[in-house]
Amino acid sequence: MNTTVIEVRTSPHLHSGHSVDAIMRNVVYALLPICAYSVWLFGISALLLIATTTAACVLTEHILCRASGKPSSIGDFSVVITGVLLGLILPPGLPLWMACVGAFIAVAPGKMLFGGLGFNAFNPALVGRAFLQAAFPVAITSYTPALAMHRFTELIPSTLAWPLMKSPPLTDWIAKVRVDAFSGATPLMLQKFEHISTDPWTLFLGQRAGSAGETPALLILICGAYLIARKMMDWRIPVAMLSSAFLFSALFHLANPARYPSPWFMLFSGGLILGAVFMATDPVASPVTPLGMWIYGVSMGLITILIRLLGGLAEGVMYSILLGNALSPLIDKFAQPKPYGASKKVAI
Amino acid sequence: MLIENITGKRLWRGVHVPEFKEQTCHLPIRRLPFAPMLVVPLSQHTGAPAVPIVREGQEVVRGEPIAEAGGFMSVPMHAPATGRVERIALAPSARGDLTRAIYIRPYASASQEVLYGAPQDIDRMTPDEIVRAVQATGVVGLGGAAFPTHVKLKVPEGKRIDTVVVNGCECEPYLTSDHRVMVEYPKEVLYGARVAMRAVGAARAIVGVEDNKMDAVAALKKARGAAQDIKIEAVAAKYPQGAEKMLIKVLLGREIPSGGLPSDIGVGVFNVATLAQIGELLPQRQGLIERVMTVSGPGVTRPGNYLVALGTPIRWILEQAGCTDQATSVILGGPMMGASIGSFDVPVTKGVTGILVLTNRESDTRVFPCIHCASCVTICPMHLNPSQLGMLARKERYEEMAAEYHLNDCFECGCCSYVCPSHIPLVQYFRVAKQTLRKAKALA
Repeated sequence: MNTTVIEVRTSPHLHSGHSVDAIMRNVVYALLPICAYSVWLFGISALLLIATTTAACVLTEHILCRASGKPSSIGDFSVVITGVLLGLILPPGLPLWMACVGAFIAVAPGKMLFGGLGFNAFNPALVGRAFLQAAFPVAITSYTPALAMHRFTELIPSTLAWPLMKSPPLTDWIAKVRVDAFSGATPLMLQKFEHISTDPWTLFLGQRAGSAGETPALLILICGAYLIARKMMDWRIPVAMLSSAFLFSALFHLANPARYPSPWFMLFSGGLILGAVFMATDPVASPVTPLGMWIYGVSMGLITILIRLLGGLAEGVMYSILLGNALSPLIDKFAQPKPYGASKKVAI
Repeated sequence: MLIENITGKRLWRGVHVPEFKEQTCHLPIRRLPFAPMLVVPLSQHTGAPAVPIVREGQEVVRGEPIAEAGGFMSVPMHAPATGRVERIALAPSARGDLTRAIYIRPYASASQEVLYGAPQDIDRMTPDEIVRAVQATGVVGLGGAAFPTHVKLKVPEGKRIDTVVVNGCECEPYLTSDHRVMVEYPKEVLYGARVAMRAVGAARAIVGVEDNKMDAVAALKKARGAAQDIKIEAVAAKYPQGAEKMLIKVLLGREIPSGGLPSDIGVGVFNVATLAQIGELLPQRQGLIERVMTVSGPGVTRPGNYLVALGTPIRWILEQAGCTDQATSVILGGPMMGASIGSFDVPVTKGVTGILVLTNRESDTRVFPCIHCASCVTICPMHLNPSQLGMLARKERYEEMAAEYHLNDCFECGCCSYVCPSHIPLVQYFRVAKQTLRKAKALA
């Protein structure tokens, strides 16, 4: 025993076993079923899109780390989440070169410029998408029908468009491959611009047009529940955001049922479920205090509904989350928890 | 069952830690032999050190006072074994610095029986006499804090205590010494509780025991019988329920004001091992010379609960209990709040609840930046914001931590470090911050 070397260290001497890389890895696992559904729904174009954004994001982070003389941080898997998520929130037929631009913007200015993992003020994937929305407004709103014929053998024509070239028009192709009920427009677009409502059940199960991974509401909820059950995600933000979106759209619907769609439609359409479960919960860019999370979630739900129902855009999830991210530090400042025993402070 | 789970008394914050108690919780308390040299530090408690009343070379009898209290906020020391005072000199301590201690070499034939002492009638004593008698026993908080018990029994002017809370939670993993004390000495625990009730003038006592020790609850209930003055409550196990602030909140729903004491809200809190010692020593007018501690952990070959003479070097205990060569760290106390020691020559003091030998290496843990996952914020039992505090600590903005984020309310339970997926040593940051502020205040 005299030869035993003992470490002197500080308490606690036990640890829960959770680690950042394990959490990030599990988020990636939780996203995989959604990717698989996306590929089933939109075919190999979706597969190529997700693979491209992921590879581009990982590569960008790796190169930037090396360029700044630091060890590569891709091993913590956070950039993989950014890459996969970015693929899931883009239209499945988006030209791949644009996806690469989006991935670069997401990681370089969106994450690494702030200092990498733990310091990004905004969700990097949404930064990438917001840039694409501003730079390529047509391509980012060119949706293709779900369950198109030959989707496992043929790419969507726009996927392989040349960089900086006009991508081929999709109308002819859509007319050729569409299966009866499915057109290229998303349910939110149909609702907003053509006043055609979609059955909430269809939305819930996800067989509709939309961004590559935003459609399967049920599947996304299950994947989120997995992370919450494993204590790798906080339940407050998705619950707050979804219930607030439901509640505010219900208020609009009750006030004018003819003009405003039902709250169930609002809940399961667009990217609300994916955004609330996987984007708004990005821990780095969201508040840390329990009260702050509720304020953050509720305000994002409200902003989403306001943009959708009163704004010019069909979808408002992205901007509402980015706005929520921007407000997070402020929310945290005002929503500090009340410490035990603070109400009756004793002078010492 | 479900209803009971929801409505039962429980701690809402905190963490479920693995218990690791099954190794030792069924093993009866056994007494260790005397070490060849016993080292009795003069400062084993919060407050002023004791003052030696023996000289080098003097013979002492087991149980005889060898140092007197150095004021009201201090307790006397008693000889743990019959033998000769070798010297009064510096000795290593768990904190790492050297403190004065009385070295006693027990005689080879020294008996474990305590012959020193004389019976006294506690029922006739006034509260003040009880306080003085408890001080004379040298008993301090045996749950780890080592705060002189008689000071807690002396109710401050203008305050009234209505309830004595008896802390039998033992929420730290591995430790089962309080558990064994409750199972084997329930009468002493209850007697000690009644002495405390008389001293503070409380009409009732509540014993809080975590529900992973139902045999202790049964033993206490059996010893109590039909008496109405002491309530025995099983509370759902969760760390850090054994912290007095938490236990009071769980049992009585009262919160100690920030910077205050339990007496501010009419409560006195005592650990079961402390009360068992009072119950045993006080009627015989004896002194505290040994204590029960758990020796456990993956690096111990014969884990168990041992009755150890105060002043026994850790080396001796580990030689008796067996220690594998995989040992990487030796902890005094529990794994959540205990301190790791740098020398096997550190002697056992009154506040040592256990000795743990761990076998994992910590040096290769990778620390990530804070990802704001909020785990620490949602589990902090004091409702602080460890995430924010940690970030301020990194920037050494200590004043801001204390003024705006309630740094001094943190009692270092370690929950935040335990859950942190980035492995940020939050509690250590807070300790450094508090120490720096204390030093700055002392210099100002």
